[in-house]
Formats: sequence, C-alpha cells, structure tokens
Amino acid sequence: MKKIIVLVMVMVLTTVIFTACAQEDKVVLNVYNWGDYIDEDIFEMFEEETGIEINYETYATNEEMYTKIKKGGTRYDLAIPSEYMIEKMIREEMLEKIDLSKIPNFKNIDEDFKNLSFDPDNTYSVPYFWGTVGIIYNTELIEEPINSWDVLWDEKYAGQFTMMDSQRDSIMVALKKLGYSMNTKNLDELEEAKQLLIEQKPMVLAYVGDNVKDMLISGEAAMAVVWSGEASAVIQEYDEFEYVLPVEGSNLWFDNIVIPKGAENIDAAHQFIDFLCRPDIGFLNADYVGYSTVNTETLKLIDPELMGTTYAYPLDEWIENYEIFNDPGDFILEYDRIWTEVKAN
Amino acid sequence: MVNKWVKRLYTLLIFTFLYAPIVVLIVFSFNDSKSTARWEGFTLDWYRSLFQNRYIMKSLYYTVLVAVISSISATLVGTFAAFGIFYMRTWKQKLVLNVNSIPLLNPDIVTGVSLMTLFVAMNMELGLMTMIIAHITFSVPYVVLSVLPKFKQMPGEMLEAAMDLGATPWYAFKNVIIPEIKPGIITGGLIAFTLSIDDFVISFFTTGSGVSNLSIAIYSMARRGIKPEINALSTLMFASVLILLLIINKRTKIEDI
Amino acid sequence: MLKRIASGPYLVWIVLFILIPILMIGFFSMVRTDAETGAYYLTATNFARVFEPVYIAVWTRSIKIALEATAICLLLGYPMAMILAKMNSRYRTIAVMLFVVPMWMNFLLRTYAWMTILGKNGILNKILMFFGLPQMTFLYSEGAVLLGMVYNFLPFMVLPIYTVLSKMDQSLIEAAEDLGGNKVNVFRKVIFPLSLPGVVSGTSMVFMPAVSTFVISNLLYGGQYMLIGNLIEQQFLVVNDWFFGSAISIILMILILVTMAVMNRLSGNNPEEGGVNLW
Repeated sequence: MKKIIVLVMVMVLTTVIFTACAQEDKVVLNVYNWGDYIDEDIFEMFEEETGIEINYETYATNEEMYTKIKKGGTRYDLAIPSEYMIEKMIREEMLEKIDLSKIPNFKNIDEDFKNLSFDPDNTYSVPYFWGTVGIIYNTELIEEPINSWDVLWDEKYAGQFTMMDSQRDSIMVALKKLGYSMNTKNLDELEEAKQLLIEQKPMVLAYVGDNVKDMLISGEAAMAVVWSGEASAVIQEYDEFEYVLPVEGSNLWFDNIVIPKGAENIDAAHQFIDFLCRPDIGFLNADYVGYSTVNTETLKLIDPELMGTTYAYPLDEWIENYEIFNDPGDFILEYDRIWTEVKAN
Repeated sequence: MVNKWVKRLYTLLIFTFLYAPIVVLIVFSFNDSKSTARWEGFTLDWYRSLFQNRYIMKSLYYTVLVAVISSISATLVGTFAAFGIFYMRTWKQKLVLNVNSIPLLNPDIVTGVSLMTLFVAMNMELGLMTMIIAHITFSVPYVVLSVLPKFKQMPGEMLEAAMDLGATPWYAFKNVIIPEIKPGIITGGLIAFTLSIDDFVISFFTTGSGVSNLSIAIYSMARRGIKPEINALSTLMFASVLILLLIINKRTKIEDI
Repeated sequence: MLKRIASGPYLVWIVLFILIPILMIGFFSMVRTDAETGAYYLTATNFARVFEPVYIAVWTRSIKIALEATAICLLLGYPMAMILAKMNSRYRTIAVMLFVVPMWMNFLLRTYAWMTILGKNGILNKILMFFGLPQMTFLYSEGAVLLGMVYNFLPFMVLPIYTVLSKMDQSLIEAAEDLGGNKVNVFRKVIFPLSLPGVVSGTSMVFMPAVSTFVISNLLYGGQYMLIGNLIEQQFLVVNDWFFGSAISIILMILILVTMAVMNRLSGNNPEEGGVNLW
C-alpha cells in the first residue's frame, strides 16, 4: 500500500511540475495551419521578440479546417484557408475583420494579390502564398514528356501515381480533363467527372496529403498531382523531377491568413500576421515550404533562377487559362456527395 | 520429438512476426539517414531532434497530464460506484451494469463522435477539459468491473459488523472495506492509466485548439510519411513499457495480487 | 446512507456522458436541418442513404476484411495459445509477457512500423532485391491493411484463449485420453468446446476494432480504401454531414451490439466479464 501511495504521489508531483512549467501566464496564440506549411523555427523567433507563445496544429485540407472551426468548440486565433474557403467563411460570418493599420508590413504585399474578388479590400484576410496545381513526375521513371491530365488515365501508369486527398482539387482534375469549368454547378458535368474518377480509381496508388513529397523522393510514386510548392520543394533538392502545368488548365490558388471568430488573442494574431509579412520571415518561410511568395520585398531575396520556372514563378502566359476556385454556396453539398461516392467506391 | 521442434519453430515464427517490426524501428532509430532502407552509420541525432520537437514534447506533457488526472478521477468515481452498485437491488444493478458496459462494447469511433457531438452541443471548448472527461468516461467502466468482484468476494456484511461496533460509515469504509478491495482498485487504476496513455480514436475526436496527445501527434506525423523521430520515440516507448512491466511483475510477485 | 450516495456521481456521469451522447447521435441520425430556417425535421433519408449500393459496398468491404483478419488471428493464435498453455511454468510467464509487451506499445507505432517495412524502399523490398527478385508494391494494398490488422490484434486473440486453456481442468483431458480418445478426438470433443468462451471473447476482441478502424486503412492504404470507420471519420471531420455520419454510427453500433449478444449467448459467457478478460 505504501508503495502505491508513493507512486501516486510521484505521479501527482510530476503533473504539478509539468503544469507549473506550462502556466507561465503567457499569451498563447493558437495557430491552425496546413501541415508542413510554415518554417516552425520562426515560432521561436516570434516568441523571443514578443513573448507570445505559439500553439500549433495542422490540417490536411480546407474542408477539414472548415469543419473543425464550423462545428464550434475550438478556439483558433489564426488559420490559412484558400480563396474559395475564405469566401465561404466570410459568407457564413466565421471571420473577424482584420485591422490593416496594425499590420504595417502589409505594404510589402504585391498589389496583384491584394483586393482579390473573394475578399475585396482585404477586410478579412492577408495574402500568404499562391500557387498552382499540376503534375510532378520523376523523369527517371517516366520517360515521355507530359503535358496533359490524360496521363492520369493512362493504363501504362497504373499504380504509379497519386491523386490529392482534397475533394475540390481532385474533382477539378476530372472536370478540366473533360473541358468543363472547375466551378461548375451543372450536375451532369459533375456526374461525368465522378464516373471518370471512379474509372481512374483502380489505377491510383493512393489519395495522399502531406506525405506526397516523401513518396516521390523515396520512389514510392513516380508521378503525383500536387500543389506547386510541394513540387518546388522536391525539385530544388532532386534534379530528376519535373513539374508540368497541364494544357487543359488547372487551379490557380491563393492562401490567405484569417482570424476565425472566437479567437481570443486578436491583438497577438495581428502581431503574428505582421511578423509573417516581414520580408526576412517571408523569405525563411518561402525557402522552407517552397511556395511562391506574395511579398514584393521577399521576392527580391529569392533566387532569381526560380523565376520563370513552372513550379515557383511561372510566366503569365502559361497560366492564362487557369481558373480560381469560387464558393459554390449550397451546391457544395453535391461536391461533398460526389467525393464521398468516389472515395467509397 | 519432432512435435516439440515444430512447436518451437512455430513459437519462434510468431514472436518474430510480433517483434520484427519493433526491432526494425529500434535499429533504424540509430541510423544516420532519413531512409529506413540502408544502414549509414550510428547516430543519436534523431533522439536529439525528438527532444527538441516542441510539438511532440507538448503532446507528451498532455498525455501524462490527462492520464494522471483521468485515471485518478476514474478510480475514485469507479470505486465508490462499485460500492454503491454492490448494495443495489438486483434489477437496478443489472440496468446500471448494462449501461456501464456500453463504452466497453461500443466501437471507439462511435464513443468518440458521440462525445464530440455532446461537447459541441453543450458549447464546450474542445481541448484539455473535454479530453479528460472523455478519458474518464471510457475508463470508469473498467474500474467498476475490476473493483466490483472484490466486493463480491468480501465476507458478507462486513460493513454492518463494523458499524455495529460503533464505526462511522466513513471510518468503516476507509478502514474495513478499502483494504479488502485494494487489489481491485489498483488493477482498475492501472487499466485506466494505460488505456488513457494509449488512446487515440476517442481523443482524436474530442480534442482541439492545439491540445493533442502522443497518439495524435504520431498519427499526424505518420500521415506525412516516414519520420525517423518516430522511430526514436518508439524505442523510448518500448523501453518504458518493458521497464514498467518488469516493475509490475516484480511487485505482483511480492504482494501477490 | 453512504451506500446510497456512493454511486451518485457515477450515475450522473454515465447518464451525462454515456447515455445522452448516444441518444444525441440517435436523434441526429433521424433528422436533417432545413436549409433556410435551420430547423430540424424528421426524415429517413440518412438511413436510406446508408443502404445505397455505394455504401453497402463499404459495409461488405469492412465486414469482409474484419472477418478475414479474425479468421487469420484465430488460425495463427489458437495453436500459439495451446503451446503457451502447455509450456512449463518457468518459460510460460516470460512467453506470456512477451505477448503483452507489443500490446502495450502504442497502436499507432505498431501500424507505423509496417509503413517502414512495406514501403517501396522498405526492408522487405531490400530483402527481395538481395535475392535478385523484382521490387513489389506491398504498401497501399488490401493485403497491407489485412496484415496491419492481424499484427495489431493477434495478442487479443491469443491471450483470452490462453487464459481459458490454462485454467482448464487437466483431469478432464486425462480422463478423455484414458477412455481411449485419440488426440484429434480429445481436441475436438473436449478441449475445443471447453475453450469456446476464450475463442468467443478473442473473436469479438479482434472483430470489433477491425470492423471499425480508420487508422490502419488510412496509414497503410492511403485514404483510398474506404472502410466504415473512414466513412464515419470523413462525414464528421471533412464533409461535415453529422446527420449521415450519425446514421452510420448508429448502424455500426447496432451491428456490434447484436454480434456481441449473439456471441455471448453462444458461449454462455458472462457479459460482465467480457471486458476484463484481457487482463
């Protein structure tokens, strides 16, 4: 019995010590971000400068983030959704207004990325990164040049490529191959896309999220549909990879920083947004994650060799037929259903 | 004779199956390369980067905190509950025990989503508090089930006897009953503790706002691919399990519970 | 007095955190919200949707792979349990302990281990290459999920059977042998029937987590292989359709409870002990 008491005491004591360490009356900022989408070393820099501690959690898709915030019961001070999701969140009054006067570094953001249609005047969001969706492939394993989504339906490559585990992006690929708009609200077009994805499914190695880089590097997959920044991160380290922007068109996207309603540390959140807009921090992030910066000052620090590459800073004419997602409103339920059925099949 | 060798071979094969993956993890946690395919020299780097990984360290803290709080609370609640249940009328006892067994029988995922639904409906902030509540909820039934049989083994009417001799109910409970049911309480508490340490599914659905336990941390890292830090973590966890089991085993022999 | 109030907190607790949540998902499974007013209305569409062919396929897939995993665990585990039960006591404690140790390892780590082994550049493929065989894709296949299940749940099958076998009255077996039963017959007529309670509790302890898992399929088959657990997870965490998610959960719960009830009836097991057999 005595031993047990000692054991319990030790446990309680450890807990108390643990708790004491954690409760140094600090402001804790809850940041909710995509996996592998920030250089985590900057957290410590931010903490040293401001004394604000960062509590960090990640998601794999816009939908996962939306659901977690929407259902309530959570408190996040910052999140980084993509344009169509921001549009939806603004419509559903899920975001706090951002006070741009508290973000002096907002001046560094390129005018091209300010005041976009999903958030005119940047009332609710501050640009973070932008990019495209395309195909990355290993030239040692796939010898012919690729320029179209068609390869993802080619029997030759069965079991060698991965698709994204993100509903709008994957449905987008099928819609684009069919020549439709990726923002379609036509049910027949969506059904056609569904059939196409179901037909493709046996050939897909896996529907993946953040692990796609590892799978490419390890040779697990020879080809993958990815966001441009992931391609950039891989290509900058491994020469054998190539990223193509499919001719049928694809997704041009923008990820912005937002403050969800329910945030408790709104001031600290502004501070962190400003921190992220600083040229040097922007550079650390861009260098780490591989995505394309929206910051004119950061751009000056970036390796000029990246300009005019498909994966980092593509030429305008390459992406002129690229579309931007918009929020389909309640029609999203049809997208949900289509995606659930594709995955269940 | 042949039979004996077949048996040995079979045992060996099964144990190889059980331990090979663990051995692989342990060996490659010392490998000086991100790859799990080639041996490129000995290193302790992964252990260093494991301890420098704030996300993992924080989850470790939450894991221990939740396990300690939830197992102590569950043991307290469960022990008193077993006491009450033991003296209940038969039909009521049956009813309570049936409800008690729901979390044992129900798939974890259903328990998880139903608790999440409740918390969200009650407008509670998903995080440490909700995770602790969830852990108490799934471990209390085990405590009840390990303490209750000890009451049944107790020589009849001990409580009454003590009280007839002038003990207050609380004194009788503390000095007469507790020693009788102690083994059950310990087992129950240990089960609650280990269940809590190990839980993934229910925590996954009932936490949020940046609070995660080790299982959730491992899951979100593993979803991103092979991470040598996880190998290092496995090795440490394997070592602690071994040590814990050795301690328990020794203690069991001494006190013969 | 003390007797009465002792279980009070517990009763409040189980009503609040066990009964009410289940009633809530029961309620959600039968309603949807009106798109305009946001008011709940009763409907059977959630349940109707569960029985659409796409989702029926998910059910059959889940149940099939769970049954396969259970069968393999039983085939591998029963002989192992017999060997354990007959070991002399010095080795036995250690051997049983060796079975318990992996079970105490975090279940995600155990699954993760197979990711590193089965990968294209994993150990297994390296071994194949060493023998001059071509590389194969092990990960991201149904086989990988099955293997993950068997690996994770095998101890759950072995330990309950072992417990029953080791407590079995040896004199019964001796008696049967003395009466001229050969080994096969003694096993078939005496040992196996007596060990049924262990088999039943092992079976349910393997089948239940196997049929409802979403982790093993997610990690070893990359989000493409949908089991019931994945479907529930997706509805609650990605698609945000709690109504449909609740309907699936309720059906899964009923499936499990009915299975358990039938199993318990079959073996004449005491349900109260079901949960603690493990220990």
